[in-house]
Amino acid sequence: MATLIDRRGPSRRAVLAGIGAAGALMVSGAAVLNPREAWGLEVTALKPETMRTLIVMARDVYPHDRVPDRFYAIAMKPYETDAAKDPALKALVEDGVVTLNTLARANYGVPYADVGWEDQRVALLRQIEDSAFFEKVRGGLVVGLYNQEEIWPIFGYEGASADKGGYIDRGFDDIAWL
Amino acid sequence: MSAPFDLNDDSVVVIVGSGAGGGTLGTELALKGIKVVILEAGQRHNMEDFVNNEWESFSQLAWTDMRTTSGSWRVHKNFPNLPAWIVKAVGGSSVHWAGASLRLQEHEFKTASTYGGLDGANLLDWPITLKELEPWYAKAEDRMGVTRTNGIPGLPGNNNFKVFEAGAKNIGYKEVSTGRMAINSEPRADRGSCQQIGFCFQGCKSGAKWSTLIAEIPRGEETGNLEVRPQSMVQKIEHDASGKATGVVYVDKDGKTQRQKARIVAVAGNSIESPRLLLNSASSLFPDGLANSSGQVGRNYMRHMTGSVYAIFEKPVHMYRGTTMAGIVRDEAGFDTKRGFVGGYEMETLSIGVPFMAAFLDPGGWGRSFASAMDGYVNMAGLWIVGEDMPQETNRVTLNTDVKDQYGLPVANVHFDDHPNDVAMRNHAYAQGAAMYDSVGATRSLPTPPYPSTHNLGTNRMSEKARDGVVNKHGQTHDIPNLFIADGSQFTTGGAENPTLTIVALALRQADFIAGEMTRKTI
Repeated sequence: MATLIDRRGPSRRAVLAGIGAAGALMVSGAAVLNPREAWGLEVTALKPETMRTLIVMARDVYPHDRVPDRFYAIAMKPYETDAAKDPALKALVEDGVVTLNTLARANYGVPYADVGWEDQRVALLRQIEDSAFFEKVRGGLVVGLYNQEEIWPIFGYEGASADKGGYIDRGFDDIAWL
Repeated sequence: MSAPFDLNDDSVVVIVGSGAGGGTLGTELALKGIKVVILEAGQRHNMEDFVNNEWESFSQLAWTDMRTTSGSWRVHKNFPNLPAWIVKAVGGSSVHWAGASLRLQEHEFKTASTYGGLDGANLLDWPITLKELEPWYAKAEDRMGVTRTNGIPGLPGNNNFKVFEAGAKNIGYKEVSTGRMAINSEPRADRGSCQQIGFCFQGCKSGAKWSTLIAEIPRGEETGNLEVRPQSMVQKIEHDASGKATGVVYVDKDGKTQRQKARIVAVAGNSIESPRLLLNSASSLFPDGLANSSGQVGRNYMRHMTGSVYAIFEKPVHMYRGTTMAGIVRDEAGFDTKRGFVGGYEMETLSIGVPFMAAFLDPGGWGRSFASAMDGYVNMAGLWIVGEDMPQETNRVTLNTDVKDQYGLPVANVHFDDHPNDVAMRNHAYAQGAAMYDSVGATRSLPTPPYPSTHNLGTNRMSEKARDGVVNKHGQTHDIPNLFIADGSQFTTGGAENPTLTIVALALRQADFIAGEMTRKTI
């Protein structure tokens, strides 16, 4: 997949991505880029296209429309770091993505990240949800995504409070709609 | 200050574990002038070191040494190596408990007589009655500063409580309040009042919540009669040829194996480690493990019938602000078989943060249904159900000889299956909890499965007859007079109430008994 993208070039991919599932996510050289959010993630242990797929998959597993891509990317980044020193993990992830893309092509003629509707992609994930690959990605997300303090405000969770004196003077009983 | 005792001092009482049972027993004995060594597997933290972050705190406090599970409970599938969410640190799980301090009800001490025969349930009456325990409950409540006892006002209700209270009243419940909590609602016993921090489970950083770490052990140490040795993992209890306990073998903080002699040994490692230690102490004299002539060591493991109901409303609740569990409905706690089950349950307010909600709301769940529930977090209210589960001989802590811990000892395997009575009670509670929230305008209810066990009970049960259980009415093992059990594993049956107050009351009563027997030189 990486060679295909390289041949077409990033601008073509950006256009495709704009209409596809991957949103603003694109692969350029050895990096996954999100120009809209102005970040890039360099990947060397995994294939860049694999990382793009993982980020799309992460959002499909825990879809929060108000959470930007970068938090899903941060949650997936450990697979890149760990794959560099763990060949078994690398194989699990790469092979898992190949399986997913094979299913996607058979059903929709495009790789997973380019399947248009979340429901269609989720239907593919349901076919692999008992696999070690899926459970690895989903299980890792539970902490890797939801334990990022930066996303807590999106959920209305305020985190640590003792350093602010608790909530005794900050609304522990301020509910007004009852 | 803390008195160091010699390893060869065979006049000391050795207590394994420093939680609600062991920490209280050790302190009370020290106050009576008896020399005590508490061996605690975990580290000692100061309350200032506690962390207002769920996963970070979990790493700091939780018992994560290897354990295995089996059975049809969902914990086995989702958290196969975390049967229980309990603490490995000085203070034990009293560091992380929520503070709910309820007495068992009279009939809950005699379930075999009250409930009658129930297929698969190994019911047994306690060898003590509520009446016998009442003075010790009173002493425990005073010592722990339980609200709504001893003239101590209740805690103020937080947002989560206000939703809970409105719903409870809407559907006709009468016994609803911010409960009896061992959390100061006003300064008491040199500890300040609750600051509504909202991280009760992560160790109270203000000191308003009672724990043996801050409220008992320092008092014991001041007498000069108590030494607490952290990072000391007991491997084995030893005995002499007559079958009397002589001391314990443990691995110290430097990894060295030590032998502490003892006049008396009391085990208070919670209901998984305590039976494990007895079983791992098997000898030629006691081939099935210590104190196990009944074969009941490790059996009748109970975890309370639990579950949670979270509900999402149109507007914000901010349930996480303030005391985690100061809210209770007691109307379902009684005995009323018209509901289709024996025993009863409490409903108590509960909140967890976004990180733990993601882990526990629907373990293994994913997709829009799960994510949209998480999106509703700020508009959520939550309650925990805690009811009496049926003791079953097959629910059991055993040694898993295929898996060894970091010291090379077999780990505990925890096997659990719900009894049909547990299932019927849980379904009733889910429906009642959802009805409460529906009545206040919930747009969605989320019946949430039990978490890894926080209330671990019953694996060294108390019995009148030696053939029926492991310990007598004083927590003294039937087989070995100078070997005691001082934690919730003594519970004959579980009751519907959070167990800590009963554990503390039993420990205070046991301290009195041990001191008397020592004076009489019977042990």
